Amino acid sequence: MRVIARLDVKNEWVIKGIQMEGLRKVGEPVELARAYYEAGVHEIIFMDAVASLYDRNTLFHIIEAACESVFIPIVIGGGLRSLEDVSSALMAGADKVAINTAAVHNLSLISQVAGRFGSQCIVGSIEAKRQNDGSWQAYVDNGREPTGLDVLEWVRELEAAGVGEILLTSVDQDGTKRGFDVDLFAAVNEITSRPLILSGGYGDPDHLQALSSTGQLPNAIAVGSVLHYNKATPSDLISLADGLERMAIAA
Amino acid sequence: MMRVGVIDYGVGNLRSVANALRHVGADPVVSDDAAILLACERLILPGVGAFAYGRDALAAKGLDRVVREAAACEKPLLGICVGMQLLFERSHEFGEHEGLGLIPGEIDAFSQDTGARRLRLPNVNWLPIAPEAKQNGLAGRLLDGVTDRSRFYFVHSYHAQSANPFAVASARYGGQPFAAAVAKGSIFATQFHPEKSGPDGLKMLKNFVN
Repeated sequence: MRVIARLDVKNEWVIKGIQMEGLRKVGEPVELARAYYEAGVHEIIFMDAVASLYDRNTLFHIIEAACESVFIPIVIGGGLRSLEDVSSALMAGADKVAINTAAVHNLSLISQVAGRFGSQCIVGSIEAKRQNDGSWQAYVDNGREPTGLDVLEWVRELEAAGVGEILLTSVDQDGTKRGFDVDLFAAVNEITSRPLILSGGYGDPDHLQALSSTGQLPNAIAVGSVLHYNKATPSDLISLADGLERMAIAA
Repeated sequence: MMRVGVIDYGVGNLRSVANALRHVGADPVVSDDAAILLACERLILPGVGAFAYGRDALAAKGLDRVVREAAACEKPLLGICVGMQLLFERSHEFGEHEGLGLIPGEIDAFSQDTGARRLRLPNVNWLPIAPEAKQNGLAGRLLDGVTDRSRFYFVHSYHAQSANPFAVASARYGGQPFAAAVAKGSIFATQFHPEKSGPDGLKMLKNFVN
């Protein structure tokens, strides 16, 4: 299981909120990325939390600076709207792009990116919010805007359009450190044949155990709060994840 | 400082390859100019994405000739990911496509039929690699320092066979063995991305430029 550090970036700062609200500054993006790389994480996701067109270049400069000293895969997400945006992100040094809003508005962007750069560089990003009837709806704009799309349906559509991975963020659990949305994970993992990156809610080792109790594990977890607030180190998380994988193989 | 030509055919994360080379003390030259590339002491053929797209992009710039010439004059060349696959005779990715034919063998899909659950593709994972018995020459040099604790970053859906006579290290995904690295003469190539594999990958790049 890959352990990915997720850095939500607003302007020039890494920020973190709870359920994507009440954002607090936690550090400088390039410094944090370098520190997590040196501590052994497998991958870095930079997610632009404001996703405005105006400071797009800020995030590209962050990527350019980060990839001078961070020699693991880098994903950039938030506000990428066109093939040109994706191209600029990759030129800046990103290995993959995570796309949410633009795919909701225009799913053909996914197939265009896949056709030009390959599926391996597109991560379909889904912000999922639990509904009263027990289903999940896909949201955009940091969990604020409902799309009317059922998450499970949307996973299938993204996959058919050509995403190489799925980043599944539970808006309900994000930043709470109260654990993943295990039901959401199990439901999505059951239907997707793409590697699944699970995000939102990791707080302590029991939360990985809870995933494992479904009989499945995600291909990757993306964590923010526990790293930012020094509740766990990347190597703690990696050895936990490796341990669970070995048990799963043995079982 | 060793000049390393990074073949720019519009495919692959060239900036990251160049950064990693600088980090290990080399002087990267990212170029699509045959003369400039062939003047370098080492060459890297990077790559991601689809095989056919890469092959056409390489040919469109006449850079397939650079790779062939490098092989002919025994200039050390490192192929990465699709840059490795292009060196083979043929790939079965979305039809059948001819490669450069510098390494005998073919590029095949992983089998999806692995029992209960369909194999998740692409294979996006950090995996250990198992070097074959004692290697000489370029392969021996590049694999120096790889241990059973080393991990490398893979992202691919197609692969060369681990039984290929030129495979020098193998890995496994979904119970299926495949070639993680191949070597033939002055060519060494990896299915994984050494420039994205942290210290283990940097060590391999350092071995390549030393």
